[in-house]
Amino acid sequence: MSELVPKPVPVPSAVALPYWEGLQRGEFCVQRCAACGTLRHYPRLLCRECFSDAVDWQAISGEGHIHSYTVAHYAYHPGFAAELPYTLVTIELTVGLRALGRWLGAEVPQIGAPVRMVLVPGEPYPTLSFAPA
Amino acid sequence: MSIADKACVTGIGETAYVRGSPKSALELQMAAARRAAEDAGISPHDIDGVIPIGVVSGIAEDFIDNFGITDLRFSALIPHGGASPTMALQSATALVAAGICNHVLIAFGRNVSAAASKAGARIHQMPQFHYVTEFEYPLGNCAPAQIYAPMAMRHMQLYGTTVEHFGEVAVACREHALLNDNAIMKKPITLEDHRNSRLIAEPFRLLDCSLESDGGAAVIVSAAERAKDLRHRRVFISGVAVGHPDSPAAITQRPDMTSLGLGKAAPRAFRMAGVTPADIQVAEIYDCFTYAVIRQLEDMGFCAKGEGGPFVADGRLRLGGALPTNTHGGLLSQAHIWGLNHIVELVRQLRGHGGRAQVPGAELGLVTGYGDLGDGAIAIMRRE
Repeated sequence: MSELVPKPVPVPSAVALPYWEGLQRGEFCVQRCAACGTLRHYPRLLCRECFSDAVDWQAISGEGHIHSYTVAHYAYHPGFAAELPYTLVTIELTVGLRALGRWLGAEVPQIGAPVRMVLVPGEPYPTLSFAPA
Repeated sequence: MSIADKACVTGIGETAYVRGSPKSALELQMAAARRAAEDAGISPHDIDGVIPIGVVSGIAEDFIDNFGITDLRFSALIPHGGASPTMALQSATALVAAGICNHVLIAFGRNVSAAASKAGARIHQMPQFHYVTEFEYPLGNCAPAQIYAPMAMRHMQLYGTTVEHFGEVAVACREHALLNDNAIMKKPITLEDHRNSRLIAEPFRLLDCSLESDGGAAVIVSAAERAKDLRHRRVFISGVAVGHPDSPAAITQRPDMTSLGLGKAAPRAFRMAGVTPADIQVAEIYDCFTYAVIRQLEDMGFCAKGEGGPFVADGRLRLGGALPTNTHGGLLSQAHIWGLNHIVELVRQLRGHGGRAQVPGAELGLVTGYGDLGDGAIAIMRRE
């Protein structure tokens, strides 16, 4: 079934633009504090450890394990109606951060199960997704 | 200086709660505010502090203009969604305790049941949801049911909380709504009805979710000394506190995603009031979802973390149970008025005006607020 209403498109904030540009290159990039090295996500202005605003962006592997999930059975935006039911997984990344993504596994997610990242092609940005490792 | 017992809720007001009100949010807010002043026995002229709830209805200037207030000494907005009304009790208590104001109005009105403004679209206009809007909405994480569901799922998996535990909360609220003429939901439900209701965002079913409704509610908070001369028996604010979760704008990034701001606030409020959870006779707990009630009971210390499910089993939250909760029907079955309706109901109970839902002899109770992605507030009240 074709989607009559388009899904909401990401509107990158200035502070997060390198994250979105990274996705377009096929990378999951997070902020790394240039002063103390602490990683952070979602992108924000300051390092909460040392308050520096200096940032290097670092590509991470996207490996981790399942922290929690939900299965959506109701479309709160008509753009998702054709995809119901779909599963959203919260991932505890190996680098100590979290990510939300779409679940590509055939089975119901199991909390604690290892996963790998998959960037599903899409316009204008790929969809951050995860599959069983 | 402690602000315990320095303030009283002296006036309460509500409009009819409906779906599809022809009245604007501002009209509903003003109507509720007028009723609260009348209930307190003050003139709207006497209001000298205003905390409008939300940012879609009236602002302080509207109250000055419409009520002819000539000496407004304080106004502020508290932008924390459903935690805002109870957070506003904290501000109002501090204001009257410090002698800055005598009568602070807290008023809310909403008209959201029109299709164009459903929750899934509405929240993305709110700045506190900016992470969700940028990083999660495009993936299909659109509305509170979906955003909160992973918290509940993890709670079930870690602690063994069950669908029946969620159902207990839904059934208790519905039973109480049936005793309330101003409740939207009119039909009884069973645990089986709850389990059979359609899935929305697992583990949430339709009957785990609160209503979309229209209406206005308001309270007047007055200095305890001033309250002596007003119409009703005094209801004191004995303990009140606010707390924010870590990673307040993204549940995804929260170190413990089952934690809430209330866990930080509740011990402060109980200490201030000098009471313990065992002393509480009636509770009005913010019930955006059934799970939220279970989790807040844990955070307030009614039971240990993870034991909220078994705690609510066997009708404990129903009238006649050990902790009658949401005696008006709550957001789940009365109406979703951001929990200002919970404050109104607690005051009604402590005055002994609870009607068919009155908890016999209720002298001490509490109300909680829960906003946005887990901001929390609590007020413990006792009657004179």
